[in-house]
Amino acid sequence: MTAYLITNVSVVGAAPTDLLIRDGVVAETGAGLTAPDATQVDGTGLVALPGLVDLHTHLREPGREDAETVESGSRAAALGGYTAVCAMANTSPVADTAGVVEQVWRLGREAGLVDVQPIGAVTVGLAGERLAELGAMADSAARVRIFSDDGHCVADPKLMRRALEYVKAFDGIIAQHAEEPRLTEGAQMHEGEVSTRLGLTGWPAVAEEAIIARDVLLAEHVGSRLHVCHVSTAGSVEVLRQAKARGVRVTAEVTPHHLLLTDAVVSGRSELASPALANNWSPAGAYDPVFKVNPPLRTATDIAALRAALAEGVIDVIATDHAPHAVEDKECEWAYARPGMLGLETALSIALDVLGPQWDLIAERMSRAPARIAGLDGHGVDPAPGVPANLTLVDPAARRVIEPAELASRSRNTPYARMTLPGRIVATFLRGEPTVLDGKAVN
Amino acid sequence: MIRHLLSGADLDAATATLILDTAAEMATVAGREVKKLPALRGRTVVNLFYEDSTRTRISFEAAAKRLSADVINFSAKGSSVTKGESLKDTALTLQAMGADAVVVRHPASGAPHRLADWVDGSVVNAGDGTHEHPTQALLDAYTMRARLGRLAGLHVAVVGDVLHSRVARSNVLLLSTLGAKVTLVGPPTLIPVDIAQALAPGIDVSYDLDAVLPNVDVVMMLRVQRERMTDSYFPSAREYARRYGLDAPRMRRLPEHAIVMHPGPMNRGMEITPEVADSPRSTIVEQVANGVSVRMAVLYLLLGGNNL
Repeated sequence: MTAYLITNVSVVGAAPTDLLIRDGVVAETGAGLTAPDATQVDGTGLVALPGLVDLHTHLREPGREDAETVESGSRAAALGGYTAVCAMANTSPVADTAGVVEQVWRLGREAGLVDVQPIGAVTVGLAGERLAELGAMADSAARVRIFSDDGHCVADPKLMRRALEYVKAFDGIIAQHAEEPRLTEGAQMHEGEVSTRLGLTGWPAVAEEAIIARDVLLAEHVGSRLHVCHVSTAGSVEVLRQAKARGVRVTAEVTPHHLLLTDAVVSGRSELASPALANNWSPAGAYDPVFKVNPPLRTATDIAALRAALAEGVIDVIATDHAPHAVEDKECEWAYARPGMLGLETALSIALDVLGPQWDLIAERMSRAPARIAGLDGHGVDPAPGVPANLTLVDPAARRVIEPAELASRSRNTPYARMTLPGRIVATFLRGEPTVLDGKAVN
Repeated sequence: MIRHLLSGADLDAATATLILDTAAEMATVAGREVKKLPALRGRTVVNLFYEDSTRTRISFEAAAKRLSADVINFSAKGSSVTKGESLKDTALTLQAMGADAVVVRHPASGAPHRLADWVDGSVVNAGDGTHEHPTQALLDAYTMRARLGRLAGLHVAVVGDVLHSRVARSNVLLLSTLGAKVTLVGPPTLIPVDIAQALAPGIDVSYDLDAVLPNVDVVMMLRVQRERMTDSYFPSAREYARRYGLDAPRMRRLPEHAIVMHPGPMNRGMEITPEVADSPRSTIVEQVANGVSVRMAVLYLLLGGNNL
């Protein structure tokens, strides 16, 4: 096993130091380290973060290997600075049995680029009718702790209550895709001015907020852990703020795209919550399904509330909801396109834009908190002597133009095509082995 | 001149007026023995219809033929994703065949915008989902101007299912551009609360048809789709007709000069009674005739025709 000496690097924003990585762990830190046998990595100007952890990734395998595989998604994750990803259950077949979650877990181990932690489905076939064998998935080699029907809401309140209660036996957590299905029948985008103008069926904010309000009450009633996926509205933030103040065991995530892109981009306008990023950038045209996502892109007011919630901790985590789709599923009429966008290779850049160089906050929202929620040992720990060497090196001064064809994902559906984003991942280490060096994936 | 006509918002006042004036010239052709002009000889117009709409298709077909264009009717009913060829592949096929203009009717809002990205020819939106139908708005404006002599300062009530109406969206945009005042009338379930911010800040919304009628020059009744009745937008067809349908007593509330319009096809007895539809105030048949003239003008101007 090769040793690596990273010199003159800022660990989570602190004054520059050296990091020696040996035998899978951070062996030593401090200025002026020497290790003649180690490969040197010049960390000047770079920031070392605990390896990022994504609570919400769609790897598409099994079933849609044309859009993404565990391996291609793992490579995209490593290039984005991740050392662990939680793979959503809406594959084909659905990850609702021990067999499927173990298959995904094994594919992740074989790829060896990030730790792939499968998420199990809450209900059989994501149908929302009866519980999947949650205990069998928890006891499997994949050791599933997060359960989610993501893509579908566990809409039946009785079923949701039972799921929340049942997983307490193995310290599980239900990650809810909050969408009241009766309020979003045929919905195509955020219900508001833009949907009215474009004649697209609206997805009202209240459809998300009503489910979150119900679920925090259910979680409170049964004393269980609830995680809310991809929070997208200002109203949801208020519900979560009140629930947390009451001591409800609820955590929440927000996606990078919900922190930046407004619903106006669907009409072809370059309206972003960060005006600087809109310079020299505009959508390719109106009704471009690359911007179709569920929950939908919301308004500037929602984005402002989400950013504030992220800063103060009402929202715990930035999670990508990386959702690869084949070209033919996006190069079509808006209504027929599948919802979802890529995120793994751009998430840190968006976080850097939104939060600025608040490295401790970035580490908390993108590594420590998600690792805690998912119960991933060895992840989400700042580089220090003796801890597993799961870390990533960021060049915050770099700027890069996003070219879809250059992404490691098998799919091309990034909403940031041709946008100039801040920051670049220079290297990523998984248990001391580089998965990315010089900004390139290591084979 | 603009290259595509996708939305009422594509038209500024000067362009819209040019189209209406050109349509008036085209209308003189309809009175001739030989109803044909050589203006688009050798040009190809494709009618690409993903939805049944015989009236709109034959209107465009008649318009293109009167301008001597070659017309290809391409009916592609059914979802492009689940059945047959994708919209993009169809676009590339039309492109290879050298279509100078593609007239598209599609059940998905925004499909004409996508198509415009994939073909070099002009795209004319002949109705997309619940979005827009700009040539309908042009023919409505033409009809109002012909009947009432002007558009600026007119007060137009658009009544019914505004939420799902492509006719309403295009009319609001175009009429506002041309200086008319628009009041949208219907049950609150069928009028988006942010419609003014979305389309034109000057428009008004009312839930009370009787209160609006005495103050308008034009009342435009929108078709109410049968499927709305099973989705709780209103309790029953009967209650809808009672509150928002135009019958003879209600028509008498209109000023003497006011006209009644409907884009068709009508649900007689639902949003409009036969008595009103067949009254002298009704312009419904004129709208159909004017549709051909307006579509001639649109095709002629978009394709840069000559020899008028």
